[in-house]
Amino acid sequence: MPKVKETEILIVGGGPAGLSAASAAANLGASVLVLERDGKPGGQLIKQTHKFFGSKKQYAGDRGYQIGDLLIEQCGNNPNVEVWTDTTALGIYEDGVVTAEGQAKHLKINPKKIIVATGASEKMIAFPNNDLPGIYGAGAVQTLMNVHGIVPGKRVLMIGAGNIGLIVSYQLMQAGVEIAAIIEAAPTIGGYLVHASKIQRAGVPILTSHTITEAYGDESVAGAIICKLDESWQPVSGSEQDLKVDVICLAVGLSPLTELCFQADCQMKYVSELSGHVPVRNEYLETTRPGLYVAGDVSGVEEASSAMVEGRLAGISAACSLGYGEDIAPKLQAEALAELSELRAGPAGQKTLRGIMNLMDKGGAVC
Amino acid sequence: MLNKTGIPTAEDVKKVSPSEDRLKKGPVAIIECFQEIPCNPCTEACKQGAIQPMEDINNLPKLDFDKCNGCGVCLSRCPGLAIFIVDASYSDTEAVVRIPFEYLPVPQVSDKVVGLSRAGEELGVFEVIKVQSGGQKNKTYTLWLVVPNDLAMDVRSIRLGGVRHAN
Amino acid sequence: MRITEHPILEFLRGEEISFFFNGQELKGFEGETIAAALHAAGVRVLGHSHAMHRPRGLFCAIGNCSSCLMDVDGEPNIRICVEKLKPGMRVETQQGKGCLR
Repeated sequence: MPKVKETEILIVGGGPAGLSAASAAANLGASVLVLERDGKPGGQLIKQTHKFFGSKKQYAGDRGYQIGDLLIEQCGNNPNVEVWTDTTALGIYEDGVVTAEGQAKHLKINPKKIIVATGASEKMIAFPNNDLPGIYGAGAVQTLMNVHGIVPGKRVLMIGAGNIGLIVSYQLMQAGVEIAAIIEAAPTIGGYLVHASKIQRAGVPILTSHTITEAYGDESVAGAIICKLDESWQPVSGSEQDLKVDVICLAVGLSPLTELCFQADCQMKYVSELSGHVPVRNEYLETTRPGLYVAGDVSGVEEASSAMVEGRLAGISAACSLGYGEDIAPKLQAEALAELSELRAGPAGQKTLRGIMNLMDKGGAVC
Repeated sequence: MLNKTGIPTAEDVKKVSPSEDRLKKGPVAIIECFQEIPCNPCTEACKQGAIQPMEDINNLPKLDFDKCNGCGVCLSRCPGLAIFIVDASYSDTEAVVRIPFEYLPVPQVSDKVVGLSRAGEELGVFEVIKVQSGGQKNKTYTLWLVVPNDLAMDVRSIRLGGVRHAN
Repeated sequence: MRITEHPILEFLRGEEISFFFNGQELKGFEGETIAAALHAAGVRVLGHSHAMHRPRGLFCAIGNCSSCLMDVDGEPNIRICVEKLKPGMRVETQQGKGCLR
């Protein structure tokens, strides 16, 4: 019989939300175990070269990878936090046992509380030859380039002008790669306009109301045909352009990685503003399965700054429910909630706010 | 227009520009931040009290041009790289434009570079007179370019990879 | 192509090691993934699909998508985007669904 690992709080995912949850809970005295699929925690933060927005409370002005290192250090310095890297959570069982695979072993963990902070996965779009080598998800380009220091090619077509498309384009330019164009099917740029402006003024065109009609190449990408879209999103005939590129990068959105929540029988709801199916949860991020919390992109795709605050909120709430820091927890929770409302108060946060309202509305259609 | 291309319009720029008189007096920050996003490092960077604290973190920054001395700390702190310093008092015919820079190679003092507009269009070949490193942690360089007076509010970038012209 | 200089990041690479791709000796660095080493060597086609025999390359690079399955030291279906490179490793294009020897 394999030994079962006991822990007070198990956190699945060592990205910005998971690590913030770990140190918040551990600071109140709870013992925490973090499972991280990758060899190094930090999630996507460690691949970000740009300075983050937000305020000092979310480390604004520091670059993403610097914030990642800081969160890793905070967890490393806390004796209450244990991080298992190269370990993938496999399932949450009815009796509360969580299984995982790590170092080629099947592991069993028996936590008192669980925080799911699994993040999101990239979406795909359909076009002829979208399976050719040389077509990458934006995350893959970031991993190759900013973790391994390898550029994916010489000339790139970026698809999507949301924050990820804009940021990865900028990162490619920093690595000396040419961007042929950034195309976006929507009539307006979805990402922050300051990102768009710094790319545009370096000479890279951002083409809104444009889409890819096909990729071509024998064994790998040699080019792409793009075209204009009219007001009803239909291709404008005669507007085709042939771009000679050896890389096509897809940054067409993210979906919450909610398999574990589905499996744990959390009540789920499809909320388009939150980018997919998300678990129904209360203000303190506890789902309908008691003792199971969510934080970060898995609870609705948003920015890393809010993922960190959500992580902190879930960590405090889980620790408090175990009897830790009952005197200060309410104050810390209120602070985190205030930070979240502040981050979401502007026009950029309205979509998330609508999504959360839709999610909390008990009368809606339930999956 | 800005939200379709990323290029601020002349009208957008006018809203954040100081008067001709103020420009002539000496260096001043131009904060080209036109979208309300949750972000406030510029307010904390300014030691002159020229960038007022924000009531709501999503507010656009408000700069008091008369309090601004063009020190450039906000330029190197702005996460959006949206702040520039313009000094129209540099000479009778020329101004200095300071721009943030995070690419390689970093130009050296007295190098000639191709200056670009907000749309990435060539405006001429200009001299770099100073290069400030952001330091170990910040890493954003500030490039000082000498440009003709009438281009001081137009030059906002340089062509990457040295003097290289578009086809 | 490897990045030698970067305006923001520093790349601390491990020791240079040799490995084999379909019998051909290639160089990579200890600690990086097999996919990274193959990419740096200019290898983009990692295999072909079972039914249509269409070329397959790296897509997600974080172990999600299974586009990069290869045969490594005789073991099939290895996600080379997350498997670390080791000295002398034999990385082969996988034929079919692979079977354990």
